[in-house]
Amino acid sequence: MSAIERAILALLAAMATASLLFLFWGASPVEVYGLLLARTWGDAYGFGQVLFKATPLALTGLAVSLAWRGGLLNVGGEGQLAAGSLAMGLVGAAMTGVPALVALPLALGAGMVAGGVVAAIPAVLKVRAGAHEVISTIMMNFVVVGCIGFIGRQGAYVEATVHTAPIAPSAAIPSLGIAGSAASWAVALAVCAAVALHVVLARSRVGFDVRALGAQAAAAEAGGVAVARTTAGLLLASGAMAGLVGASTVLGYKGYFEDGLGSGSGFMGIAVALLAGGRPLAVLPAALFFATLSHGALAISTLVPREIVDVVMGVVILAVGLSLAPRQGAAR
Amino acid sequence: MTTALLVAFVLAVFRISVPYVLAAVGGTLSERAGVVALGLEGMLLTGAFCAAVGAEAGGPAVGALAGAMGGAGVGVILAACVVYGRADGVVVGVAINLIALGGTRVAMQYVWQSASSSPTIPGLSGGWAGAAGLAALAVSGVAAAALTRTAWGLRVRAVGEHPAAATSLGIDVAQLRFGAVALSGALAGLGGAWLALDNHGFVDRMSGGRGYIALAAVIMGRWHPGFAALAAVCFAATEAAQLQLQAVVSGGAREFIQMLPYLLTLVALAGVLGRSRPPAALGRNV
Repeated sequence: MSAIERAILALLAAMATASLLFLFWGASPVEVYGLLLARTWGDAYGFGQVLFKATPLALTGLAVSLAWRGGLLNVGGEGQLAAGSLAMGLVGAAMTGVPALVALPLALGAGMVAGGVVAAIPAVLKVRAGAHEVISTIMMNFVVVGCIGFIGRQGAYVEATVHTAPIAPSAAIPSLGIAGSAASWAVALAVCAAVALHVVLARSRVGFDVRALGAQAAAAEAGGVAVARTTAGLLLASGAMAGLVGASTVLGYKGYFEDGLGSGSGFMGIAVALLAGGRPLAVLPAALFFATLSHGALAISTLVPREIVDVVMGVVILAVGLSLAPRQGAAR
Repeated sequence: MTTALLVAFVLAVFRISVPYVLAAVGGTLSERAGVVALGLEGMLLTGAFCAAVGAEAGGPAVGALAGAMGGAGVGVILAACVVYGRADGVVVGVAINLIALGGTRVAMQYVWQSASSSPTIPGLSGGWAGAAGLAALAVSGVAAAALTRTAWGLRVRAVGEHPAAATSLGIDVAQLRFGAVALSGALAGLGGAWLALDNHGFVDRMSGGRGYIALAAVIMGRWHPGFAALAAVCFAATEAAQLQLQAVVSGGAREFIQMLPYLLTLVALAGVLGRSRPPAALGRNV
């Protein structure tokens, strides 16, 4: 089964599930889908919000895809994006009087470093002790939440609040100005990241090593790939990519970091990456799809419970997971 | 510490430990059979929801049964996808947890017309905490005995370590794994039922990450039901201590105590606490 066939299958399964739930609720699926589309792609504000919500999903989707191509599953996007967002908020706030040409790269870099640092612990545990990255990244999610609360209370947050001081104007990413929506030029950053990742994976030596590692780790090692170094580097890069999420939420929209900002995108990034089959350029439409569902959920809540969308996302992951399974008798 | 405070503390540990212990024992069985126990969170949550529905209809006993059945149902779905559908256990686990989260929210609105909580249900009074805590520990003892001293336990360990060898001995690997995961779902569901019955109602996101703590306990307990239960009780004790000391302990220390189970798991994964080896065929399909 090709990646496209898998994606179509997953989408059909998701739509069938959603339609059944809509019918069960006594709402006409046609009406619900119609409303969902009208409020997302049908008007300028809705479209802007879809772009806004797609940006973090694209970045976490790229993060998960990158690791996945090398045979690793990064479930730590939640923690990595939270750490990156806090770092962007703090560095952004310190950039008063610094020109944008310096302030913006510094803030973005801080987010990537923070995301990478969070991923470093699972990377070291994987390479040194053989600990499964799924478990260690999940544990890191909880550790990071605790650390952020601690750092916030130790003075990173504005007194008696759960948010940081506002970032300097020079560190802000300008809005796209679509009908008052929250969409910013961070969208362009996500697109650039996808293209860059595609080129690296498809054309570079490192990209070849990563793909070899994902296809057959033992063969890759025999073929001269430095497995430990590539694995560790891959997790760090994946964390750094997730750490960029704050570009959309902190630098492009809120103008500060607050507790819980962007949470949920880390887990949804797994769905995005699976639907995209781990290919960076396919991550963009996959992120748009989930962003449409996510924003459309608000619109359809007059007809059906919006949490149906969460179920649908789970079904997408499940369907892709099932379609990826080796067929009976196939060699592992 | 006065005696009254000590008794209150021990009761609190028992009360908090029930879902951790039951889910950790269930998770141990699932992982020893070779299926990743990432779905514990969804099993706990579904168990809690089903228990609230059952208790509302027929009292606490019906609620407990419904919780176990709900958790087992999640286990059956997970096992069907992983064991017979040959899908990756981690991917399915993530999906199942997401579906359970959204599904309970949708179902809540259907049953109780509320997106946040159920009405008050007939639950169990605080006096049950000690009995439930001891019962959960007894379950872990039974599971440990079953795993190490029965033919079924030997087979479960065999399919988790070397499914090909088990197959050559005529063991139905898929069937054993399916049973182990369904059983783990029933145990975790029962743990979820305790949450709802103890709270006299279901609340949105009621499991609150306990499934992941239970998974941490499985690893800390080195995939042994008894030690996993012990780790679960230790985690419950830190939580009880944190609740009791809330007024005394400063903010920073509180966050540290909250992180402790996860930090300890990372330390255990690093191999600092001695060799901690997962079942050889964990997560590998046959």
